[in-house]
Amino acid sequence: MESIEKIKEMVAQAVPGAAIEIIPSSPAAAQPALLVNRESAVAVACYLKDEPSYQMDFCSCVTGVDYLAKGYIEVVYHLYSVALKQGPVVLKIRAPRELSQCHVPSLTPVWRGCEFQEREAFDLYGIKFNGHPDLRRILMWNEFTDHPMRKDYVPPADYEWEPTPHDDVLKRAKADGGIMPPSAAAAEVKK
Amino acid sequence: MIAEPSTIPAGTISTQTLEISIGPQHPSTHGVFRMDVVLDGEVVRALKPVVGYLHRNHEQIAEKMAWLASMPYTDRLDYFNSMSNNWAYALAVEKLAGIKVPVRAEYIRVIMAELSRLQNHASAIGFLLQDCGAWGTPLLYAFKEREKILDFFETVSGSRMMCNYMRFGGVRVDLNDAMLAMARKIVAEFPKFLDEFEKLMTTNEVVLARCQRVGILPKELAIAGSISGPVARASGVEYDVRKVDKYGVYDRLEFGVPVGPVGDVYDRYYIRVLEMRESIKILQQALRDIPAGPAQAVEVKLRGFKMPAGDGYGRIEGPKGELGFYLVSEGGPKPYRYHIRPPSFINLTVLEDMCIGHKVADAIIILGSIDIVLGEVDR
Repeated sequence: MESIEKIKEMVAQAVPGAAIEIIPSSPAAAQPALLVNRESAVAVACYLKDEPSYQMDFCSCVTGVDYLAKGYIEVVYHLYSVALKQGPVVLKIRAPRELSQCHVPSLTPVWRGCEFQEREAFDLYGIKFNGHPDLRRILMWNEFTDHPMRKDYVPPADYEWEPTPHDDVLKRAKADGGIMPPSAAAAEVKK
Repeated sequence: MIAEPSTIPAGTISTQTLEISIGPQHPSTHGVFRMDVVLDGEVVRALKPVVGYLHRNHEQIAEKMAWLASMPYTDRLDYFNSMSNNWAYALAVEKLAGIKVPVRAEYIRVIMAELSRLQNHASAIGFLLQDCGAWGTPLLYAFKEREKILDFFETVSGSRMMCNYMRFGGVRVDLNDAMLAMARKIVAEFPKFLDEFEKLMTTNEVVLARCQRVGILPKELAIAGSISGPVARASGVEYDVRKVDKYGVYDRLEFGVPVGPVGDVYDRYYIRVLEMRESIKILQQALRDIPAGPAQAVEVKLRGFKMPAGDGYGRIEGPKGELGFYLVSEGGPKPYRYHIRPPSFINLTVLEDMCIGHKVADAIIILGSIDIVLGEVDR
């Protein structure tokens, strides 16, 4: 496997206009990632898949990470090559946290295996994947309205009684700061 | 008066499509899993898996706990193979933190993981046969053998299924001579069981008729659909994380990677038999070569464990496929992001492609041949 700098150079040559940045990983893991802009993500993915010296034909793992303090959500793709038995190439795409702007292009048309994993990221993080063939909730139920893996998600205070909080219950839950502290819950039970 | 034989030519009776829901409580769905199926007569025209009934947001729970505290939770992912799950998580953490594992611990992990694979594959075949209609008998044959392995796990870790056995930098309990002798006895007896099991099934006419040419998964789709493990190898994808990543001490052990010629349900059955035979080879070598030494790296401070900042992805070849953990650390005592790549979940991606055009009874065995565990699908 070539060094990440070399891959970056090759990708920049093949996909003009792509803004690519190298994101270091944990030093021991040594899996640095390529951060690409949203507009050229599909072109970069296609290049990595089709380029004979990479042949990243196997998209192993797709997930989202919510960086609350930094104000963005990151989608992480781990690519491997079954044909050449090499990898991983880690592809990262960032989108703003606001739900209205939190969208990235779907890579399901490139790798079919992203289908369920992108649905999961949509469900738990609210990332909209443009071009996904069937973007629905997958783990939470359809009537659920929030995205529970976001770092600022507030679980409802009385979720035992109302599985999908809305209106004033939701307002109260957010005002309470989420789940009742154990002592308050115990007091509630005693009453 | 004797009834006239039907004179209506085949294919002229008009049928209508019918949407039915298989599951979530049906026993053949292997747990709380539902398939929304559109049927034309008896033939599947569309199929959408519906999951999430067992969803407990395991990932978020883990993000609120110390690194080591989620180790027992990993047991509950694929509850057939807690040893492999433990290993995958420990491996990912060790990769991020740069922890070196003693050689003896690596051998113990190989022994545990391969024994897990044996009992998983045996039960998976048992369940597949149950789905075919062989009610009980093959499954109980498999469970009889699985019982011996679970007894061994109980002796070593204190629990049959929820082992919570591995730690960062090693394993919780070292194997003593009596335990090793127990493992050797299991491994020595297993081929006999496997021969008997195969005699019952490999050339069984009913198995052949039900399983051959059913639910074919083409090689290209298997790769594009991120399918891993025995399901991918049955379709001819020669890819095994044990060979590619050479984690643990798999580079010191000799074993083959069997691949299937067609990728139908029968191949997915037979590939598991062949993999069990390879696992026995691995176990024989590991039990012969296991060196003396510590079973836990002493320099790893398990209490108050702190992880250097950064992210990383660690994966192993679990019995169901590639089981990976993507972890992000911000240097604290808890993971910032803890993501599991569940093979059962991702292998369901192509379920619809495999089922379309087959009868509804075949959809059941196609699902059985993927070998899913809902604890891992839903997390």
